[in-house]
Amino acid sequence: MENVYLAIALAPLVGAILAGLFGRLIGRSGAHWVTILGVGLSFLLSLLVFKHHVIDGAGAFNGTVYTWMVSDGIRMEVGFLIDRLTILMMMVVSFVSLMVHIYTIGYMHDDPGYQRFFSYIALFTFSMLMLVMSNNFLQLFFGWEAVGLVSYLLIGFWYKRPSAIYANLKAFLVNRVGDFGFLLGIAAVAMYFDTLDYADVFAAAPSMVDATIEIFQGSPWSLMTVVCILLFIGAMGKSAQVPLHVWLPDSMEGPTPISALIHAATMVTAGIFMVARMSPLFELSDTALNVVMVIGAITALFMGFLGVVQNDIKRVIAYSTLSQLGYMTVALGASAYSAAIFHLMTHAFFKALLFLAAGSVIIAMHHEQDIRRMGGLKKYMPVTYWTSLVGSLALIGFPGLAGFFSKDTIIEAVHASSLAASGFAYFAVLSGVFVTALYSFRMFFLVFHTEERFDEHTRSHLHEPPAVVTVPLILLAIPSVVAGYWIDPVVFGDYFGGAIFFSDAHPVMEELTHEFHGAWSFVLHGLTGPAFWFAMAGLFTAWYVYTRQPDLANQARNRFAWLYRVLVDKYGFDRFNEVVFAGGARGVGWLLWKAGDVVLIDGLLVNGSARVVGWTAAVARHLQSGYLYHYAFGMILGLLAFLSWFIWWG
Amino acid sequence: MSDLPLLSLLIWIPILGGAGLLALRSLDCCNPRPLALAVAMVTFLLSLLLWTGFDTTTAAMQFQEQASWIRAFNVYYHLGVDGISMPLVILTTFTTVLVVLAGWEVIKDKPAQYMAAFLIMEGLMIGVFSALDAVLFYVFWEGMLIPMFLIIGIWGGPRRVYATIKFFLYTFLGSVFMLVALIYMYTQSGSFDILDFHALKLGMTEQVLIFLAFLLAFAVKVPMWPVHTWLPDAHVEAPTGGSVILAAIMLKIGGYGFLRFSLPITPDASSELDWLIILMSLVAVIYIGFVALVQGDMKKLIAYSSIAHMGFVTLGIFIVFRIMDNNAGGLQGAAMGLQGSVVQMVSHGFISGALFLCVGVLYDRMHSRQIADYGGVVNTMPVFGALMVFFAMGNSGLPGTSGFVGEFMVVLASFHADFWFAFLAATTLILGAAYSLWMVKRVVFGDVANEQVAKLSDINGREAMILGTLALAVLVLGLWPGPLVEVMRASIDNLLAHVAVSKL
Repeated sequence: MENVYLAIALAPLVGAILAGLFGRLIGRSGAHWVTILGVGLSFLLSLLVFKHHVIDGAGAFNGTVYTWMVSDGIRMEVGFLIDRLTILMMMVVSFVSLMVHIYTIGYMHDDPGYQRFFSYIALFTFSMLMLVMSNNFLQLFFGWEAVGLVSYLLIGFWYKRPSAIYANLKAFLVNRVGDFGFLLGIAAVAMYFDTLDYADVFAAAPSMVDATIEIFQGSPWSLMTVVCILLFIGAMGKSAQVPLHVWLPDSMEGPTPISALIHAATMVTAGIFMVARMSPLFELSDTALNVVMVIGAITALFMGFLGVVQNDIKRVIAYSTLSQLGYMTVALGASAYSAAIFHLMTHAFFKALLFLAAGSVIIAMHHEQDIRRMGGLKKYMPVTYWTSLVGSLALIGFPGLAGFFSKDTIIEAVHASSLAASGFAYFAVLSGVFVTALYSFRMFFLVFHTEERFDEHTRSHLHEPPAVVTVPLILLAIPSVVAGYWIDPVVFGDYFGGAIFFSDAHPVMEELTHEFHGAWSFVLHGLTGPAFWFAMAGLFTAWYVYTRQPDLANQARNRFAWLYRVLVDKYGFDRFNEVVFAGGARGVGWLLWKAGDVVLIDGLLVNGSARVVGWTAAVARHLQSGYLYHYAFGMILGLLAFLSWFIWWG
Repeated sequence: MSDLPLLSLLIWIPILGGAGLLALRSLDCCNPRPLALAVAMVTFLLSLLLWTGFDTTTAAMQFQEQASWIRAFNVYYHLGVDGISMPLVILTTFTTVLVVLAGWEVIKDKPAQYMAAFLIMEGLMIGVFSALDAVLFYVFWEGMLIPMFLIIGIWGGPRRVYATIKFFLYTFLGSVFMLVALIYMYTQSGSFDILDFHALKLGMTEQVLIFLAFLLAFAVKVPMWPVHTWLPDAHVEAPTGGSVILAAIMLKIGGYGFLRFSLPITPDASSELDWLIILMSLVAVIYIGFVALVQGDMKKLIAYSSIAHMGFVTLGIFIVFRIMDNNAGGLQGAAMGLQGSVVQMVSHGFISGALFLCVGVLYDRMHSRQIADYGGVVNTMPVFGALMVFFAMGNSGLPGTSGFVGEFMVVLASFHADFWFAFLAATTLILGAAYSLWMVKRVVFGDVANEQVAKLSDINGREAMILGTLALAVLVLGLWPGPLVEVMRASIDNLLAHVAVSKL
């Protein structure tokens, strides 16, 4: 199987290299064929791996590909850990990526950077696969940063647009802030565990529960807490948790297919996956879990609000992604790792679907993205309409669809959690359900229902995009409906086996498993729960306000103008960062350069000492006047001095 | 093969080749460029024999040559390399080939002298890395300044005179103190052999004074904050090739000096004063990182980024004492710091060299180094744009490029010394990315900024080959640093064991 694992990772890389370096040679269709074949091969082989491990029951694989280097007794390697968590991620990543690849043929049809785009998205897939398949922290960091690099390239794909190259720099730097914490976390692991290998670290972790680290002299902190929080800072960057979420909405500057890729299958899921992978560490620190839960809860609720006031179709979905990532993070904090990964999976399907559907609308509307200038598209684009409806319903957790199972489990898990933060988190995720339904269906109704708000020219060209666009929509709609029924083995069964670890102190999933009696009764139980009614209330509100009483929204906006401003301003994060961090750094740099280098060091010390030398020489030169009587006078003075010295002290 | 005086050949082939070029010039018979390239290539290929013939199991000096030179003072012509200096020798020969190629078309004024200066400098720099006799070392060390002085002074920019004087005085000031220290140790040991100096017993006061003398010499070369201000000026005025050699090799001589002289000769003083170097290194990483951010001149920006990156070299070297203290004499983590700093030196040689070449490519076409004069270069120069983005990513320490390896190792090692060292050093992740990529954003990306940019032509085959070779080197070292670390392992372990023993 080792060769199969290697092939899964490398096939997209080969495609990326061929399309990237020889794009002109192999032409447009050559580029999409090599990358699609590469990613398709990855997907098929992932299924084979699934069969081998899950159906045939082979044990987890943990092996080295090559040794990066050995330093100080620490073997740093590139290697694979293929367990059931990895396999699930591999299937999700390669499947969604394959859909995005096919879709791209249609979406980027007229773009001059066609080959380059395929090269990037295949490279993206490779990076993400390396990340999830890693068996050690080093390779995790490799994949981590590689994903950051490709997202940088993709967000700035249209490099002529000032907004795109602003957004990609911002995304990279914000992610680097997260990576900063992540790197320190890895350094802490390397120091205290003397290895970067997952298996060894996890095995040694329980014996480190009581270890402390003195970051500030005299106040010992729990080592596990410090390590977990540092690692989680990395996750906050990649998985866009408050306050490091600011890059994600701006990443909409890239072409739509990459939004689907970034938001659904790759990149943003990296943080969630990483925390789940590190469950043996996080389980040892309640403090860290509380932090995770609070950050997740804030993101889930407050980023959802922002979705309600956005008018750009892609940005609405972007804020929805932020909010849903918050849900996953909350689940991680509640020790419901399997629920988080399950939501990651269902979300990958319906969010990719929603993005690609949005892209379909955007193509049909000739790159119009403002939902205020859409409306009534239902009759022009039936496939897009129905698949969007499925995606939206799955997103809001309509009973029976994929999102319902995963989201309800998270809410139940938070409810069952006994951590200090769970009260706030429960409130946040529950009210978040209402908000999710509100923004999702606000967008849905404004795009597909209501009166048409575009000109005749646009109308005359409105039609359903070609099959390369609609087929991926349909293929993604299927798992958005049925993936939920996998809840039995994945969340409550023993699908993950040893891949995810629960401490006895956090028996959340165990409790839920006791109450679980099959998927259908879960659905029935959901109908009586508060989450369902919150969702319905949100859906109804959206329907009433945006289709029946359009004035209501305007009235509310005028009535709560201050609130509206705060939301449109995105709570001021962007402005704050722009002024304090970007402006501050430039100011500090300028000050250090001008005051430190130019004035103090160069002006005073370097050129100053040169001037002192010059000045001394100028003074000394006066002694060499060339007049005989000056020298004679000097001699007499000297003689006098010597004589007096002899007389007085001699 | 084994009795070939390899190091002597590496030193004297380029020096004599350079002298030959100067002689041929008066005959006016032939194009100096192919000749210079041939000499550089032969030297490079010969230097590869060092790698293939190197015994990684021993820390002893290899390829040694010894002959009496000045009998009255016990001065020997003594050469040899270990795992620390050997990679730097190969870095030198490799870079010189690229520099000769880079000057191929651009240098129209006195090409023979230009090529000769670089070849002679190559020989002198290899001499610095392989000299095991202090006098010999000092001769090469000072001799090296002359060709660089000429390169900046003759082929440099408008303020070249100020820059050369500043460069020369700065470095010369540092090295005279080193000379005093070397002579003092001669009076104590009766020998100028560097290996004898390593074994020489010295009291604390002596050690501190010697350490400070060395510090002055090496800190200027590295350059460390606050004696760094000559570097941006020198880079801005130097021709592209001069900048490349300056950044890729000459700065490394400072780091090498710390490893070869300061640490083994004055271990106790180094341990006592390590806080000073650590402080200067961290200031370099952060202070200079901020300064680099606001530069409007691309060469200055890269020069400042060099200083920040060299901060990792000195940090990696001097955290070992803290680590030993923390571990009660144990060496866990210390070797990683030292290895990291050597890897960082090699990697910085590739990346900063490549970035200076990139600026050179642009300068040759537009005669401006100002970021503000560019914008949207990738529209007219797509291949170049891709390479420049790649090198900028290497400069910001992206995993998979060589820039990551050294920084990663030093951050990991400094965590053993103190959390805050690692914390402050790791800020380079953010700062390095900020200044590198912000420059890329303004120069490479965007719409075509002006008519000059619209008329740019993409890099030609020669330029593509130079930058492509460097890109490959950056990638290979980033993806598989194992062999390099392996080569230096024995020497680093030996150095650590030596340093761990007090001389008092």
